[in-house]
Amino acid sequence: MGKLLMKGNEVIAEAAVHAGCKYFFGYPITPQSELVAYMARRLPEAGGLFLQAESEIAAINMVYGAAGTGVRVMTSSSSPGFSLKQEGISYLAGAELPALIVNIARGGPGLGNIQPAQSDYFQVTKGGGHGDYNIPVLAPATLQEIIDLIREAFEIADRYRTPVILLGDGMLGQMMEAVEFPEKPAVKETHKEWTTTGTRGDGAPRVITSLDLNAESLEQRNEHLQRKFASIRQNEARFETLYCEDADYFVVAYGTVARIAVNAVKKARKDGVKAGLIRPITLWPFPLQPFIDTRDRAKGYLAVEMSAGQMVDDVRLSVNGRAAVSFFGRTGGVVPTQEEIYEQLIITAGGGDVNENGI
Amino acid sequence: MKTVFEKTSGLKDTPTHYCPGCTHGIIHRLVAEVLEEMDILEDTVGVASVGCSVLSYDYFNCDMTQAAHGRAPAVATGIKRVLPDRFVFTYQGDGDLASIGIGEAIHAAARGENITIIFVNNAIYGMTGGQMAPTTLIGQKTATSPDGRNAALQGMPIKVAELMATLDGAAHIERVSAHDVPNIIKAKKAIRKAFETQKAGLGFSLIEVLSSCPTNWGLSPTESLEWIKENMLPIFPLGVYKNSSVGGKA
Ligand SMILES: Cc1ncc(C[n+]2csc(CCOP(=O)(O)OP(=O)(O)O)c2C)c(N)n1
Ligand code: SF4
Repeated sequence: MGKLLMKGNEVIAEAAVHAGCKYFFGYPITPQSELVAYMARRLPEAGGLFLQAESEIAAINMVYGAAGTGVRVMTSSSSPGFSLKQEGISYLAGAELPALIVNIARGGPGLGNIQPAQSDYFQVTKGGGHGDYNIPVLAPATLQEIIDLIREAFEIADRYRTPVILLGDGMLGQMMEAVEFPEKPAVKETHKEWTTTGTRGDGAPRVITSLDLNAESLEQRNEHLQRKFASIRQNEARFETLYCEDADYFVVAYGTVARIAVNAVKKARKDGVKAGLIRPITLWPFPLQPFIDTRDRAKGYLAVEMSAGQMVDDVRLSVNGRAAVSFFGRTGGVVPTQEEIYEQLIITAGGGDVNENGI
Repeated sequence: MKTVFEKTSGLKDTPTHYCPGCTHGIIHRLVAEVLEEMDILEDTVGVASVGCSVLSYDYFNCDMTQAAHGRAPAVATGIKRVLPDRFVFTYQGDGDLASIGIGEAIHAAARGENITIIFVNNAIYGMTGGQMAPTTLIGQKTATSPDGRNAALQGMPIKVAELMATLDGAAHIERVSAHDVPNIIKAKKAIRKAFETQKAGLGFSLIEVLSSCPTNWGLSPTESLEWIKENMLPIFPLGVYKNSSVGGKA
């Protein structure tokens, strides 16, 4: 197929079409509007359907309806719109319906701005809606990686009967890079025996619901969900490491920030600081392994985020007190520079005070 | 021996949880009979809403999906857009449709979604214990309008059938009532017409059914039926508000 120069939001859309997604229900919001517009043009020619909903609430509930028929379906939004989808996401989790939800996050809280941010980390990884549930969250750092992760997102969704979130930021959505799509769309569809499509001679009527009025049996449903989440934790954590074998200091960053951090780590190594990078690719489940592998010899970890400090909590839990964890973040749409991250890394390596946001 | 009365195959063999004298059960039966008579039970996906009818998925003998409060028309849209050759209906109360879900209902109608909404108007929130609904009558006492609904404070009741009929995407809109036998027969005809409208692909249909809530109205079942006639009919006039062309004039 060869390389194509595309915008991040368009890559997400095209990758979803390649992964067999035929239905998209969306609502415009910057910085993900290109995704919606791309789908409006692309899905009809791919034999699918695009529908602009009247709100994010309606869009996620259309996804719920479509997901119940067993098709691959998605929606996308950015932070304020993503907040509105939380009710529907909780219902998807409760009724165990597979779907893909994209959040191209922007500065908050409130209306915030349209610049890139990672301040929806808590919302996407800690449940977000009501009830005991978790959603697998994938965080690509490059446009090429989006293509792989979207395919995996739909497969994870089907395999575990769960909604899956792809979390990016405005920078990832807006940047242009050369990407290559696989020649043959790799669509591994799972047989779904639980769908509501009209019985049509296929046994007794089926019901899709998250309601269970009996306490004991709702607890059993919850235990079933928790077993599923445990299995996702066990099998689906993904990460990438760089220079971690001999490193003393570890920068932890995901998504676009990890790309900037790579250069800071390289510069620090040139200057004689043994630095490494841990890049979580799944934010839930948060990858424990790279911390288990390094925390007993690490001299320190530095979490870098475009937030006031959210992922850093998971880093602390994973390090579990065995080494110092410091934090550097910029908020409101300000992107941390390579120099800033380098400086923080040197401070971390010097064991000195980190910064006013640190611990 | 000749069978003169049978249970409809449109309902499962499960006792319902509705209070004595509640007309939800009658409305279920009408919908179920229509699905049976049109022989479309196996081609139908119903959407249960949040309200006393939340468990309607345990009663209707067809595939069912349970939607979040007010979102049934959006859920139905998702199903119907994937499966345009199936029948899709929602069954919603007046709190569900006329309050929290009015946006989803209006936009489904505006898009001309080829679905059918069974809208049960009992002028109150039944399930949560008798609070004021958008359809509560002026002067009607509820848990959240203890001195009676006051137009200056709480506004006027919303007339859903009239409202929906203003939308170009709405093909068939009709208001009927479940308070006596002649009206129940008319209600069934209207529900049939709505599903025929959907079958013909003409677009959105909504049947508003005036229904009783003896428990939260604080009335006996018989008094409740009388209350619909005396108090609801003048505010919510019965009739066809938008007539689809199927089967001639309603
Ligand atoms: C988001 C949300 N808000 C509130 C509720 C609580 N609730 C359950 S049923 C209901 C009202 C139902 O009334 P109506 O739609 O009139 O149906 P009825 O019970 O009268 O048949 C409410 C407010 C809920 N389940 N979800
Ligand atoms: S509370 Fe009212 S609407 Fe609900 S079942 Fe009882 S009578 Fe019917």
